[in-house]
Amino acid sequence: MEEFVYDAVYLRREDFEEGRVLFETWDPNAQYAWDAGVAIGRYLQELKAGRLIGRSCPECQRIMIPPRMFCESCFCATDQWVPLEDTGTVLTFSRCYVTWDVIQLEKPKMPAVIEIDGASPGMGILHLLGEVDPGLEIGMRVQAIWKPPEERSGSITDIAYFRPLEPSEE
Amino acid sequence: MYGNGLKHSGKRSNQRVAVVGAGMTKFVRRAQETAKELSWEAAHLALQSCELTLDDIDAVVIGTAPDAFDGVHMKSEYLSDGCGGWGKPVIRGYVGGGTGVFAAIQGWYHVASGLFDTVLVVCEEKMSSCKPHPQAAFLTIFDHTTERPLEPNLLWIFALEMNAYMNRYGLSKRDIATVSVKNKRNAADHPAALLGDPDITVDDVLNSPVLAWPVQRLDVSPVTDGAVALVISASQVARRVTRKPIWIEGVGWNLDTSYWTNRDLSYPVYVEEAARMAYDMAGITEPRKQIHIAEPYDPFDYKELHHLEGLMLFDKGQAPRAAADGVTQRNGDLPVCPSGGLLGVGNPIAAAGLMKVAEIFWQLRGEAGARQVPGSPKRGLAQAWGDLMQVGTVIVMGV
Amino acid sequence: MSLLHRIEHAGDALSWRGDMPTQGRYTAGVAGERFFRAIKESGQFLATICLDCDITYMPPRLYCEQCFAHLDEWVEVDPEGHVHTFTVVHQDLDEEPLPEPRILAFVVLDETDGGLVHYLDEVEPEDIYLGMPVEPVLKEKEERQGSITDIKYFRPVTGAA
Repeated sequence: MEEFVYDAVYLRREDFEEGRVLFETWDPNAQYAWDAGVAIGRYLQELKAGRLIGRSCPECQRIMIPPRMFCESCFCATDQWVPLEDTGTVLTFSRCYVTWDVIQLEKPKMPAVIEIDGASPGMGILHLLGEVDPGLEIGMRVQAIWKPPEERSGSITDIAYFRPLEPSEE
Repeated sequence: MYGNGLKHSGKRSNQRVAVVGAGMTKFVRRAQETAKELSWEAAHLALQSCELTLDDIDAVVIGTAPDAFDGVHMKSEYLSDGCGGWGKPVIRGYVGGGTGVFAAIQGWYHVASGLFDTVLVVCEEKMSSCKPHPQAAFLTIFDHTTERPLEPNLLWIFALEMNAYMNRYGLSKRDIATVSVKNKRNAADHPAALLGDPDITVDDVLNSPVLAWPVQRLDVSPVTDGAVALVISASQVARRVTRKPIWIEGVGWNLDTSYWTNRDLSYPVYVEEAARMAYDMAGITEPRKQIHIAEPYDPFDYKELHHLEGLMLFDKGQAPRAAADGVTQRNGDLPVCPSGGLLGVGNPIAAAGLMKVAEIFWQLRGEAGARQVPGSPKRGLAQAWGDLMQVGTVIVMGV
Repeated sequence: MSLLHRIEHAGDALSWRGDMPTQGRYTAGVAGERFFRAIKESGQFLATICLDCDITYMPPRLYCEQCFAHLDEWVEVDPEGHVHTFTVVHQDLDEEPLPEPRILAFVVLDETDGGLVHYLDEVEPEDIYLGMPVEPVLKEKEERQGSITDIKYFRPVTGAA
């Protein structure tokens, strides 16, 4: 099949830097204002008040976080707000040493999927872990650490991170 | 939680459809060609490979991923003349990385519907146009309100999935790294490969820098530019055009919820659903015996294994051991990614999946040269994946 | 049951702001490289010809879009052309008024089957007519970069009817 492979022109980074190839640049400057919507609007309000909230489906009975106004599995409207705990279980985690544009981080960030107590099993949210080294494990029990009320703005970052739960805190 | 017990209609088309030609560009880190020129390079070679002209093409299917990568709004319309679409019915599909196989499926149903006899399918990606890094577009896949404020990195999703998979089954990085080694070595025999390396070792992979544990640099496929094209025909035409049409026997596609943090990341249910649909259509009841070559999607080494299990070719948690034991080598019981995959040939997002379909085409015709799998394989499959760990697209082909 | 939700108080409407931080870097391409270098180095305008379809492409292309042939017949063309259509632009991308209105035109280059979109200058809008002969005005060679902006604008051909 070699004769059906076209020899595309391979450029090196230096070809751009040294002006050996012509190119144009454009910054679309794409900025957005996304409506929070009914479900996430309430989620953000609750975060500002230092609480996590979910939503339940009348048919499959799942209690879902992040909350949503319709259940995507049953395809019907969800019907109740369900207050949740701010503790949970680590379903999976990572230690990330680079930014998205491949710059080395001094201290790794630790993203995790955390199953939230009070929601249905497996209902996780993405967040960060802190105060964990060493001893970070899947299955670890964790507690949300909230920013002080005056620093909260109605954002997922009103929780600074989750840290391991002391056995006495269970 | 999702998809279990999903019943497929068991429908199939009466119109037999075959792949009759294929062409591609070299996969390069940054191409001088514009996206249109890349498309034409692959598309015209695909036509040449079966001695057809643009006049013989009834419709065009274009597969290309985010407009943001090439930085062109309405990218498919922009690419269309390079894809042979001038004055023809043209459609574009896009399901992230799943596009490469999905475009072949779209080509299939254009012909299977009876509406068109011969379709040109072209997949293209020029990621090098997206600065400072394609992640600038990719990272918007995270929810803008509930996830992006955490300043995520696309690598997180893979690292989180890889960790969940490893933890669930007690897997070792050493076994998983054998996939990267196999594919990069296989790619040394692929004329279009970007990262073929006949000498790479498992230790090279395990010693590469940690990006987002457990993901290390050599576990990941590169940013790439490239294009691939196929010619797909109805049986009446296929038999006139070539002595070795490769029949499309089954297709399947399935999408899971975008709420990825609510899912079991250790198993790709949506790949299983897509595979069931394709196997049903192809009449496959024992995939492990009836599939002779597999090209699952391998943007990361662990994903090849994750997908092999979703394709039901290995039991859950068992694919890594099989890989480490050599079962998936070209001369093994079930050759997997004999092309060299994304890890070895490269990963221009939409084109990568179609490269896999082209590989099955060439392998089943005995035209894969140094990569040829021994034993006259009769049936193979290609699978792609994309979005937020969401879509499975599967195609089963046979002689 | 309807899912439409009415906001009773303006302060209840929440939106989350963010961006997509991409920038585009576009190579001129295989054909474009040759086209723009010729303008930059020698002020020449080049086209490619498909001999089978009898089409002279402007801007020049690597392939014919009608028959898919590889085009390697390059010719120099006289860059004179005529106004096929034009408009006067008063606002920028953010809908702010431009310091002064600009005239944008599609100029068909007479020796080709194509043309270029560019500005018109040295003419008032009320004097422009469709079919008006125009010629390009290039930047001085030292200022040219191998870009469409190496052409400053098109202006009416003086002495034309």
